Amino acid sequence: MRDDALSGGFTDAPVEAARAFRAALEAMACPGSLHEVAGAEAPAPLSTAAAVLLLTLCDGETPLYLAPGHDTQGVRDWIAFQVGAPMVGPSEAMFALGRWDALAPHDAYAIGTAEYPDRSVTLIVEMEELRAEGVRLTGPGIETEAHLSLPETAAFQRNAGRFPLGWDCYFTCEGRLAALPRTTRTEAL
Amino acid sequence: MTAMQHDPAYNFAYLDEQTKRMIRRALLKALAIPGYQVPFASREMPMPYGWGTGGVQVTAACLTPGDRLKVIDQGADDTTNAVSIRKFFERTAGVETTEHTAEASVIQTRHRIPEAPLGEGQILVYQVPIPEPLRFLEPRETESRKMHALEEYGLMYVKLYEDIAHNGAISTAYAYPVKVEGRYVMDPSPIPKFDNPKLESGAIQLFGAGREQRIYAIPPYTQVVSLDFEDHPFEPSKADHDCDLCGCGTSYLDEVITDDAGGRMFVCSDTDFCAARQAEGHRGRLSAEDAA
Repeated sequence: MRDDALSGGFTDAPVEAARAFRAALEAMACPGSLHEVAGAEAPAPLSTAAAVLLLTLCDGETPLYLAPGHDTQGVRDWIAFQVGAPMVGPSEAMFALGRWDALAPHDAYAIGTAEYPDRSVTLIVEMEELRAEGVRLTGPGIETEAHLSLPETAAFQRNAGRFPLGWDCYFTCEGRLAALPRTTRTEAL
Repeated sequence: MTAMQHDPAYNFAYLDEQTKRMIRRALLKALAIPGYQVPFASREMPMPYGWGTGGVQVTAACLTPGDRLKVIDQGADDTTNAVSIRKFFERTAGVETTEHTAEASVIQTRHRIPEAPLGEGQILVYQVPIPEPLRFLEPRETESRKMHALEEYGLMYVKLYEDIAHNGAISTAYAYPVKVEGRYVMDPSPIPKFDNPKLESGAIQLFGAGREQRIYAIPPYTQVVSLDFEDHPFEPSKADHDCDLCGCGTSYLDEVITDDAGGRMFVCSDTDFCAARQAEGHRGRLSAEDAA
């Protein structure tokens, strides 16, 4: 971790972003699968994986919401220099970043429209722990079933019930990430 | 990572980073909403529309230096379109290329799915001319978009029914419409309907339409159902012959006219599949006797 806004970005952006995106793509295609990413160092409390996702997916065209806890001057400065994403409130955000509880209320975000369900937010949820155990996942991208240590199931079940509308999530912990698109059905064990 | 280097006059994989981020965001939403066509700001590519500009942009956004790329055009690795795109990425991304389906981590295809089954860790990128399955039934984008929103696909069934009324069978032989995960009707690109059952696979399938500016996707292990009727079930069909070079009776065949006196032969459309079978010693009707 460092507090310097001018460093900690990719050193070889085209190649590092390509590797990071492949991990993000496979994570979204196979919900619950864990992937390691590297190449970014951002000020606390931003995890490496969350910083890598920001560098790979966000730029001046993607309004970003920082939830309380992540909305620090250090993080804002780092994003302003490395990413350039405009800071907005939850309802206008294309990406939202924070801990699960801090991102609440989870109904405040864009879920797309009937004609454009893709115009919805992607939540980047910072986790204390991220393991392939706990909540049972089924749906597209999962051959039989997968497991992921989700913070709850009710909000994800509600989100899946709105398909094709809804938001999609990345979960990040240190250098590790997993994804949960709106199509995945979740079931607490 | 790899011994090969890309031409330093180009950014890795040709596209600039901001363009790749835009395409990557569209790809992720496409995976999250299987079968839904995500609009994207397609760029001018150094090739004409119709030559795979959509597929090339998707491939460029997905490639990493460690990838091994295969490109096929109607199943063949050695046709102009496939050779050009392979060389394009050898030069701009420095990736290794292969003609063997099993060795490839990324496969860009025009109008075929390889015969060899694809699995986890592989990405299949389709070149798509007209992504909208309803376009020839409803030319207005505003209306076809509304039909998708309302899940109003009656018109498509009417079209298939009219096929049966006129011809006694569903005559659509390629670009046969499918329903993905019980929600969106999707054009699988002009693959023969023989390939439709292979749309349910362990690989990630990404579709790029450059001129029409749409990206869509099918995640692994996603339900893909070819539209049909109870009394006229979907039937994947192929020419009723064996391959004349490798003797395979189950692969998709191309018909080749060999003279102007009605001579013809049938050969596997998948050149890698056919060559592998011949290398294993399989022979067809017209194989040279001394080829072994």
